[in-house]
Amino acid sequence: MSPAEQAHGDLKLSGLHKRYPNGFTAVKSLDLVIPQGSFFALLGPSGCGKTTTLRMVAGLETPTAGTIEIGANDITHEKPYKRPVNTVFQNYALFPHLTIAENVEFGPKRRGVKDTRSQVKEILELTELTEQAAKKPAQLSGGQQQRVALARALINRPEVLLLDEPLGALDLKLRRAMQMELKRIQEEVGLTFVHVTHDQEEAMTMADTVAVMNEGRIEQLGTPYDLYTNPRTTFVANFLGRSNLVKGTVLGREGSGDDEVVKVDMHGTVVSIKAGRVHTDSSEGWIGIRPEKVLIQPAGTPVDAPGGYFAGAVVTEASYMGTSTEYRLRMPWGQELICFEQNTGRRGGLVPVGTQVDVSWRPEFAFLLDSSQDAEAGLEED
Amino acid sequence: MTRLGRWVGKHLMITLGLLVLLYMYIPNFIVALMSFNDASQSRNLYQFQGFTWDNWLNPCDPLGMCESLRVSISIGLAATLVSTIIGTLAAFALVRHRFEGRSTMNLVLFLPMATPEIVMGSSLLALFVAAGFGGQLGFWTILIAHIMFCISFVVVTVRSRLGGLDSNLEKAAMDLYADEWQTFWRITFPLVFPGILAAALLAFSLSFDDFIITNFTSGQTVTFPMFVWGAAQRGVPMQVNVIGTLMFLVALGAVIGGEVMSRRRARGRVRAAS
Repeated sequence: MSPAEQAHGDLKLSGLHKRYPNGFTAVKSLDLVIPQGSFFALLGPSGCGKTTTLRMVAGLETPTAGTIEIGANDITHEKPYKRPVNTVFQNYALFPHLTIAENVEFGPKRRGVKDTRSQVKEILELTELTEQAAKKPAQLSGGQQQRVALARALINRPEVLLLDEPLGALDLKLRRAMQMELKRIQEEVGLTFVHVTHDQEEAMTMADTVAVMNEGRIEQLGTPYDLYTNPRTTFVANFLGRSNLVKGTVLGREGSGDDEVVKVDMHGTVVSIKAGRVHTDSSEGWIGIRPEKVLIQPAGTPVDAPGGYFAGAVVTEASYMGTSTEYRLRMPWGQELICFEQNTGRRGGLVPVGTQVDVSWRPEFAFLLDSSQDAEAGLEED
Repeated sequence: MTRLGRWVGKHLMITLGLLVLLYMYIPNFIVALMSFNDASQSRNLYQFQGFTWDNWLNPCDPLGMCESLRVSISIGLAATLVSTIIGTLAAFALVRHRFEGRSTMNLVLFLPMATPEIVMGSSLLALFVAAGFGGQLGFWTILIAHIMFCISFVVVTVRSRLGGLDSNLEKAAMDLYADEWQTFWRITFPLVFPGILAAALLAFSLSFDDFIITNFTSGQTVTFPMFVWGAAQRGVPMQVNVIGTLMFLVALGAVIGGEVMSRRRARGRVRAAS
């Protein structure tokens, strides 16, 4: 496909805004381009505006301002049944009085397709539902119903397929299986999938590109790898995985080009952070480091990382979780940091609570965030 | 414990159930039995005298009874049709739209059900007379009264069915290229239809059965319940039991028919699936 043709089907949201009559603003001037054929995830906590965005694309909500385009077509005010868009609803919304086959052929029939038999057969095979064709939705299991919802939308070959928390109602094991399944189907049919979820693991394993939404805005957009390793805000740092955020004072910049680093004073120790991972201009910032990047070693033994280390930390908690162990470390300045350590057996056991340890990490893994942001943002309340 | 006692102990649920059923259906059996009663020889009409087919062969013998039945059925059908249409539309408005005065509307619709019939009947009579229809009481005034009290029941029945309907289904239909009209007729209506049907049946039986309000608004017109009431002063003709039995059989037939149809559909589904 030539680049021009590819551009034809991109989903483009410009200045999309939704304010409800009760005054609540769900989506705030959203700008977003979702390339054709990509598996895109909108990730965020409940109430962040991700579902509202999806419903506006589907035509089930009317935007207060802004436009929605697919390729060159402006569909902002098009009726839902005139959009080349289909939705897989959170609760599936299967028609209870119709059989599986009738549910699946509902879309093609409405579009005036005369003989839907071969299409229905093909899509039921793709979703492994051939056996269930004559049953009613109530006779199916949750996973099967989910696949019917998918088949019913996919058969129409929409430009964009919207998935609204499609796996939310399934148990964990089935959810994992369906994640793989969805990914396989998306690769097979090559349609644009926009997947709304609050499950960060789901978004990261399935999507090519993830947009993290918070309070009606996109906090950050990128590949799962970029988002995880180089978060730009405290919200992303906390919502996507976990982070240790330590207050630091910026001292200045050194080097240039790829080697440019920002020197930050962190409670008396100077740490270097790559310029590309610095997301603040102020003189203070949050130094962020992912828990699995934090290395510990009982005091006095050499630490396996270049550069300096912090002495004087104490293990206050050790939770053994099979493949890894989560340690809580009280730093000399009173803050608790989290450390995930793979149970490789290298240590021959856990580090006992109360042990004095030295703490270190490779400088290239740290990131620096703006100190005006809430260090608790995006933490799940539980 | 005796063997019977043990059996009862083991089958307590079914025994209780059978007793309740017996209690509920004894009146119907009596009615059916009395429809074969040969009452011509005796003054005591409420005792079984002897078996005869006469009542079944000449159901319209009692003067005015079949005419009253005809009146009741036509009023019942007309009241059902009109109240079902108005009530269904009202139920859609109440469930699907948020408008000013919606909760007041709910209350206003509920009130007629809570009002004693005797009060409603007398005030309707006062209204009709005040409006100058005092001389024309009859079929139309009964019909107006029946439609009025049936609407409330239809609204309540359809509303509960509609309230249980996931509005996402309609959104899904729209998402799948069905316009508003197709969405209504292919999704909403078939799913709400059992509720509408139940409401219509309820409306018909309420209208057919009504005596108090009808008595106030009927003028010279006689409905079936009024005929039975009037006849009871002198001695109910045995043909009333024939009509009663017929009504019971029609209702029974409708229930059994519905059951058979839904079973056949279910079986057809299984066959198609295998």
